[in-house]
Amino acid sequence: MQRIDSPSRVWSHYAGLVILAIICLTPIWVMISTSFKNEVLIFDAKPVWFFFFPTMENYDYILTRGKFDRYFINSVIVATISTFLTLFLGGLCAYALARLEFKGRRFVANATLLVRMVPPAVLAVPAFAMVVTLSLNADLAVLIFFYTALNLPFAIWLLFGFYKQIPVELEEAAVVDGASPLQVFFKVLFPMMKSGYAVAGIFTFRIAWNEFILALLLTGRKTRTLPVGAAGFITDTGVEWGRIMAMGTLIVIPPLLFTFFAARQIISGLTAGSVKG
Amino acid sequence: MAEETDIAVPKPRPGGRTLTPYFFVLPAAIVMIAGLMYPVADAFYLSFFDWKIGTKFAKADNVGFDNYIRLLSDPDVRESIWVTFRFGFWTILIEMVIGVSLALLLEKPIRGASIFRTIFILPLMVSPVVVGLIWRYLFDARVGWINYYLGFIGIEPQVWLGDAELAFFAIVFTDIWQWTPFIFIIVIAGLQALPSEVLEASRIDGANWWQQIFLVKLPMIRSILLIALLMRLIDVFRAMEVMYILTGGGPGRATELLSLHIYNRAFDAQLLGYASAISVLLILIVFILSLGILVVGNPMKDKSDI
Repeated sequence: MQRIDSPSRVWSHYAGLVILAIICLTPIWVMISTSFKNEVLIFDAKPVWFFFFPTMENYDYILTRGKFDRYFINSVIVATISTFLTLFLGGLCAYALARLEFKGRRFVANATLLVRMVPPAVLAVPAFAMVVTLSLNADLAVLIFFYTALNLPFAIWLLFGFYKQIPVELEEAAVVDGASPLQVFFKVLFPMMKSGYAVAGIFTFRIAWNEFILALLLTGRKTRTLPVGAAGFITDTGVEWGRIMAMGTLIVIPPLLFTFFAARQIISGLTAGSVKG
Repeated sequence: MAEETDIAVPKPRPGGRTLTPYFFVLPAAIVMIAGLMYPVADAFYLSFFDWKIGTKFAKADNVGFDNYIRLLSDPDVRESIWVTFRFGFWTILIEMVIGVSLALLLEKPIRGASIFRTIFILPLMVSPVVVGLIWRYLFDARVGWINYYLGFIGIEPQVWLGDAELAFFAIVFTDIWQWTPFIFIIVIAGLQALPSEVLEASRIDGANWWQQIFLVKLPMIRSILLIALLMRLIDVFRAMEVMYILTGGGPGRATELLSLHIYNRAFDAQLLGYASAISVLLILIVFILSLGILVVGNPMKDKSDI
């Protein structure tokens, strides 16, 4: 198939990949390492990459003096509930689009793709107006609602593709055996859709976990999520780098875990929109 | 590579003519209508009012097209649009060139590729707020690592985020770090999905390496390239969080992309109505770009085009 490679070509290939990997990892490592440094070391302005005496004082401060636990719980609530809702509602909708015939099917499909592109900044003012007029101030449910809406189009798009890959004959057999559409959906298709739901779930969770602008606008003292809490470290009396980096490190733990355990699914999600087959 | 000639519908089956499909679609549709379409319509409606934060909307004045008239001659809006286009031009150009060339160089499946790919998606998974914080630290004038290392090659410490040109460079640089791997990954996926017979045939016909790239490979993945380009372009108009943290849009409006501009106008200058008018402009731009994607690569249309 391919030409046989000389060892030097293989090595330069690896060298290229390693350099790229270092570029990707360096800023993340800078964050993690800085989070374990004390203020003297940070303000020394001389980069220390690996060999320093790690301190836990930044984490100690954040976990005990800040409101980290509150932010964390809020983030977990918002991200998990909106992910669950997105997968449930999106799954039903994607199934209908992929498998059932009904008037307006094409319209729904195209409209879904279009609203996917609505920039969050456009939602800012109307969402704020909605919260003010309905006096829903600082309610986590508002955030859950908007994250579900923001994530649904992409989830539907993705799940649609996964449904399409399942052979129709399976369902037809179930229908012949007398299964109702709901039974077909839950008993036949759902078990085969697990990896599809995993991909959609990861992307949905990532957006809900990381989102900042709407969270900044729509949350109050008690309902702040982690990104809003992290940004709060900037405005007060200068920037406390060690603490900020500790907060940042804690925030990226769930997304990083996803990356390491489900890289293949994430890549299939990234490429779903552009590569077929 | 499933050949999907007609993915429309399986076969009409008993019960297929009932209302069932609508029960499946409706819940999601309601959420999207209330959470996405209604806000867009509301932005349009609000754009006709002069409404300031802290006052009741009932007391806001209906000013007709005043906000739009103001918009057309607003140098700040114009500057923000200019910044957005400049940002889009440089980031997308550099990301596409680097991402595509690296993908062409490193496309061949090798041992350990999956580890590298895992590493390459890390920048995409990190929260934009955290990305902003990390790079704000790296670009910091006093404690930042970038100034330190530039000192080795004789470059004086710069106030990166305090100078219009340098701050612009900083947001471009950060975006390139975060998004080049994305281009790299989807282009590689596209290249590896190419049928090997075609590449083999072109080689037998005597095509050299460059000819293979420019006459065979790139043309065959052109729709992927186009979709990647459009998706990045739309992202440019959605982007704001990294800049919000990194520069806040400043100094002046040097790094204030259109999305951030809307936010600042609405909640900093407290002009909700005027910010809505700018939102309508943003929606229009994004809508036109989205139609482009629909035409090029709608996964839900009936005939697959690759």
